[in-house]
Amino acid sequence: MQIPVDTYTLPNGLRVILSEDHATPIVAVNLWYHVGSANERAGRTGFAHLFEHMLFQGSANVGANEHFELVQRAGGTLNGSTWLDRTNYYETMPSHQLELALWLEADRMARLLPAMTQAKLDTQRDVVKNERRWSVDNQPYGTWWEKLPALCFPPEHPFHHSLIGSMEDLTAASLEDVAEFFRTYYTPDNAVLTIAGDFDPAAARAMVERHFGPIPRGTGRPTLPSMTLPEQFGAPRREVVPDAVVATRILLAFRIPVAGAPDWYTASLLAAVLGNGEGSRLPRALVREQAIASEANAFTFDLHKGSDLLVIDVVARPGVAPETIEAVVVAEVERLIADGVTAEERGRALALLETGWIAGLQSAGARADKLSQFATYRGDAALVNAEPERHAAVTVEALAAFARTWLVESNRATLLYVPQPTPAAEAA
Amino acid sequence: MTALPRPTAGAPRPYDFPAVHRDVLSNGVRLLVVPMPRLPLVTVLALVDAGAATESAAQAGVAELTARTLMEGTGLLDGAAVIEAFERLGTAVGTWADWDDSGASFTVTRSRLDAALAQFADGLRAPRFPAADVARRRDERLADLQQQLAEPRGLADERFDGFLYAPTSRYARPLGGSATTVSALDDVAVRAFHAARYGPAVTSLLFVGDITPEDARVMAEQRFGSWRTTATTAATPEATVARRERHAILVAKPDAPQSELRVGHLGVPRAHPDYLAIVVMNAVLGGLFSSRINLNLREKHAFTYGASSGFEWRRSAGSFVVRTAVKTEVTARALEEILREIDGMRAAPPTAAEVSLATDYLAGVFPIRFESTSAVAGALANATSFGLPDDWFSTYRDRIRAITPAQVHAAAQAHLHPDRLLVLAVGDAPAIADSVAAQGVGPVMTVTAEHDPSEAR
Repeated sequence: MQIPVDTYTLPNGLRVILSEDHATPIVAVNLWYHVGSANERAGRTGFAHLFEHMLFQGSANVGANEHFELVQRAGGTLNGSTWLDRTNYYETMPSHQLELALWLEADRMARLLPAMTQAKLDTQRDVVKNERRWSVDNQPYGTWWEKLPALCFPPEHPFHHSLIGSMEDLTAASLEDVAEFFRTYYTPDNAVLTIAGDFDPAAARAMVERHFGPIPRGTGRPTLPSMTLPEQFGAPRREVVPDAVVATRILLAFRIPVAGAPDWYTASLLAAVLGNGEGSRLPRALVREQAIASEANAFTFDLHKGSDLLVIDVVARPGVAPETIEAVVVAEVERLIADGVTAEERGRALALLETGWIAGLQSAGARADKLSQFATYRGDAALVNAEPERHAAVTVEALAAFARTWLVESNRATLLYVPQPTPAAEAA
Repeated sequence: MTALPRPTAGAPRPYDFPAVHRDVLSNGVRLLVVPMPRLPLVTVLALVDAGAATESAAQAGVAELTARTLMEGTGLLDGAAVIEAFERLGTAVGTWADWDDSGASFTVTRSRLDAALAQFADGLRAPRFPAADVARRRDERLADLQQQLAEPRGLADERFDGFLYAPTSRYARPLGGSATTVSALDDVAVRAFHAARYGPAVTSLLFVGDITPEDARVMAEQRFGSWRTTATTAATPEATVARRERHAILVAKPDAPQSELRVGHLGVPRAHPDYLAIVVMNAVLGGLFSSRINLNLREKHAFTYGASSGFEWRRSAGSFVVRTAVKTEVTARALEEILREIDGMRAAPPTAAEVSLATDYLAGVFPIRFESTSAVAGALANATSFGLPDDWFSTYRDRIRAITPAQVHAAAQAHLHPDRLLVLAVGDAPAIADSVAAQGVGPVMTVTAEHDPSEAR
């Protein structure tokens, strides 16, 4: 099961990946820009994501909101997303509409700024503030994905600050910021374009050349500050957050090698042994046997610069004391360090990853996104096909050694959400 | 560097919904097989005509608890061993109850299909329902209900239904049951529901993926062919509403920065002949990003991150609801715009461009919706549940494209009822009560998050 990969680079630096599959008349267009919240300057948290919203506000030849309308009218789906160090934009189209998607993406890469206005920025700023309220401020535990990176990375580190941004910084964002960000980061040499699905390669190459070829190369993006940190935290870290929630939630994060490093595959498989599937260790012990948690998961954050994090995430049953759930989760980690992992556990985790891998190949959009990801982070899209083997090569000995080395108390950050009585409950 | 003109589309390439092979096993289980041999993967889905709508209101939640505990032990294996057996085969079984059906499904690589199917059949046919595991799953549901009190989106959805339907109606209680009814459930109740409602006469078995109809038939017959029970269907009760006039409910969430807003009324059953016209009408009103409600509330006024509308489709009448979350200060203004858009949809026919955007989108994305084996299985299960004609999918795109602005307008006039709207907001009630009332939404009542209308007696 391999994803076909054909890669080339335009003279302006745009890397292009073609991946043919003619099973259905669908084609995915996927563009990764190598820029995210890590690239924001001080006082502009949330800007990379706000900027992503502005990319749907039209360009020289596309009206405001026309991008959505044209794609949907063509029978396609689309969206974009912002992460710590990348931003992606994607369309899945009926295959005869491929060129429309390329034209739309090229117009905003080449000619965004003529369409930018203060009114559009003000509107999207308010939309994003509402997105913040919806996903962070008015959601139980909604702050965890701000608080965990802040706890795990030092203040000067590019991954420390909030991706969605503070209300103050969103307020401060200006049209000049939009222009500067665009010129600096939205250039062909800072992007990867993937086309996956039902297309004719010669025709697709000609379209890419026509629409993206004339866009000038950028002047070079500023380098990010060093992401290198000590290999491990060195001492336990801890933050307790009293919140308007009904149940305690505990997140344990361990600093681990950067995603893609040889040891990272061990971490990834170990996370699956611990907390992927109902039969994995944590759900089995905490949700099933002891019935003190409603959810228990473990995963890697998949950070591709500097170092990554392995995260254990457990939501207690209402009424279970924070000390109790914390002690039990820590005991599970210690048991892992003491006893290692059985061959059956490794086999179970690998089998689930294998099915997940094949199931993930079904969608053209998902294949395209993986290829853009591997080209952006690893420099070679074809490496995506080695993923199943790299997981399969991890031995039980390696899993045990990894747990002993990396899941130690001195390399552990604890984020603990504790229910506090709401005003209404107190009054009742 | 000037732009090239906007490209025109080439000729569409042909697309056919994958062929469905229908058969019946010796004991009456209906078999549907869809070969999709591109990848070595098969999705199996069992659909049982045993939905939550047919429970007694006093036992609300028993269908869901039964589904959730199907795989909690079979034969000599306890629940942990069953789950481990599936996971060693690289799969996990999802089980659920919906209003009209219960179901179970898994996706597995082709070489492991037979072993997984054997285990799956044991769970459906002869679950052990150990008392302790049923109790644990019941307590998990009770914990979810408690958690939901702090989660405004889910709470708004659940309370909207709670206040929309008549308090005695099964539909007023959540699908998974409410605290009172769930507390009373145990392994005896679950076993009885399974015995009465799960069986070959009411089950459809779907295989989608890398498998031939012949192989599926042999496997299904081997694992399910000897299943004998007397289980039958039960009639779906009609949906009745609590009130037929406008009214508003404010669920107090002190100091909430946003109001979770729901505005709507009772819709129509899935079998209604206007179904496609309603789907297109809803797409124009609030079903798409480029719909009236989203462009108005998000892109024009920036009241929200997103706003949408939708009809919920069931055998009985589901709801029509507009959903959004808006900054507290603009709650009444957002409500005013929603009311305006609903009225506007009825006042005049939509433009041809609006309707073609919706129909071109719905017809165009059709192949994109069916890239995966699980998506095809889900769609086919849906069609089976509603008894749609066999050519439903193969004719869908042509029928959608044939919908006219006049039909959309007629659907709006027939199926949008501004005079019957229920407005529900979870938010800072004291801050929004007066301005919401000023929108002419009828009587306004404020309740606490804990107030569950289906429990109030």
